[in-house]
Amino acid sequence: MCGIVGLFLKNEALEPQLGALTSAMLATMCERGPDSAGFAVYGQSLDGEAKITLQSSSPEVDFPALAKALENEIAGAVNLTQRATHAVLTCQRDELDTIRAAVRRLAPSVRVMGVGEAIEIYKEVGYPTAVAERFELKSMKGTHAIGHTRMATESAVTTLGAHPFSTGPDQCLVHNGSLSNHNNLRRSLAHDGIQLETQNDSEVAAAYLTWRMKQGLDLGQALEKSLDDLDGFFTFVVGTKNGFGVLRDPIACKPAVLAETDDYVAFGSEYRALVGLPGIDTAKVWEPEPATVYFWER
Amino acid sequence: MPAIDLSTTPLRALNQSLHALAEGSSETEWEVLNPDGRHAVAVGIDAPVSVDIRGPVGYYCGGMNKQATVTVHGSAGPGVAENMMSGKVVIKGDVSQYAGATGRGGMLVVEGNAASRCGISMKGIDIVVKGSIGHMSAFMAQTGNLVVLGDAGDALGDSIYEARLFVRGNVQSLGADCVQKEMRDEHLELLEDLLQRSGITGVKPSEFRRYGSARKLYNFNIDNADAY
Repeated sequence: MCGIVGLFLKNEALEPQLGALTSAMLATMCERGPDSAGFAVYGQSLDGEAKITLQSSSPEVDFPALAKALENEIAGAVNLTQRATHAVLTCQRDELDTIRAAVRRLAPSVRVMGVGEAIEIYKEVGYPTAVAERFELKSMKGTHAIGHTRMATESAVTTLGAHPFSTGPDQCLVHNGSLSNHNNLRRSLAHDGIQLETQNDSEVAAAYLTWRMKQGLDLGQALEKSLDDLDGFFTFVVGTKNGFGVLRDPIACKPAVLAETDDYVAFGSEYRALVGLPGIDTAKVWEPEPATVYFWER
Repeated sequence: MPAIDLSTTPLRALNQSLHALAEGSSETEWEVLNPDGRHAVAVGIDAPVSVDIRGPVGYYCGGMNKQATVTVHGSAGPGVAENMMSGKVVIKGDVSQYAGATGRGGMLVVEGNAASRCGISMKGIDIVVKGSIGHMSAFMAQTGNLVVLGDAGDALGDSIYEARLFVRGNVQSLGADCVQKEMRDEHLELLEDLLQRSGITGVKPSEFRRYGSARKLYNFNIDNADAY
């Protein structure tokens, strides 16, 4: 199983409601994935700034300590916003690599969930509605969001095993299905210097797309290539800073429904996920074709 | 006429009311409001009633149906009319994968398109799709009729037994042991009847091509022909 939801807004007026709409969509997919849940929210990016989403299993200790250590390090103010087990660290974009390295050195138990100009990633073990509430998804604003409810098959039920997976700046992927050649692919990606955090098959898919995009392909082209190189069952929904993509494998046994209006593009594993969206009654609703890349960009 | 609003009435209460219908009940016309993509709406009915569902449904709508006429005024998720025994299921919109799977009787009419695996392992059901059907449709189809006014996707009728497939548009590719067959008078008559019963006008049986089993993949024995 597993449930996927995604919402890519075309109408700016809906941006303040992105979190609330995504939260309602995610709640309909609880039965499909009661193990854990997660979501990526693409918020407003400020010029020259970047965000690092961090996670810790002892956030009360780790985050204040990290903030303090960082302040000493850079001799300036550190902008760290905590939400439950996660925190978003905002910094200048040109300082990103330095800060990221400093985080690794100063707080080795803190994990980096994602980095980018717009992306924030939150994921945890637990019932999806509880996870969404913990991170106050409802209150989040932004341009697009991708959520996932997980029923684990290929690897353990852990925070890091939850989706979305982010393997490149502002990139994320969620997956319903299972890949059969992920071990081989993980080894060949490692040859090219791409290190993965988990034994999870979906993370390999995310890293594969990152690797392809590093070679200069856009997300749509990378998704096309994945049809040749990934073996297994999958419905993927992927996000980039400005883009939103959907791909199903050629067998297409994992469910998927897309809806589009003038205001948004929405994805749900089932129609139930789309019921609460404004104007859904008159939206164009369809099942994405197998082995066909769907890609929107603003 | 009972009208059940699923935004206020639990789905189980609806299905239990439909299952509890006594023979000769005067409550023969049911309306279901706000299905909102719920699963298993109006499954397992065994009574000559009509159920009109106003909106899209999720998995397995009209599954195991006997006698009833279930109409979905919207689209349906995977497995619509799965294992139908008799009666009729009509979908005004599109349907997802494995529509009419394993159906033993009755008629499924899809006014829009059907996704992959339409009529997989069908065992006597008649399926009429006004639009197109996806890949691997009629996989291992044993008996019954599948009529498609539009196109068929890849691997139509793979490993087919004795079901009859009629396609008006293009067939992307045929599956293993599925071949085009001669359209004889008896098939034209059969098609005429199927089109008429599914309310389709302005389409001639002669516009279709017939596909079926080459009978090389399974042990076809002419003595058993009557069983299909």
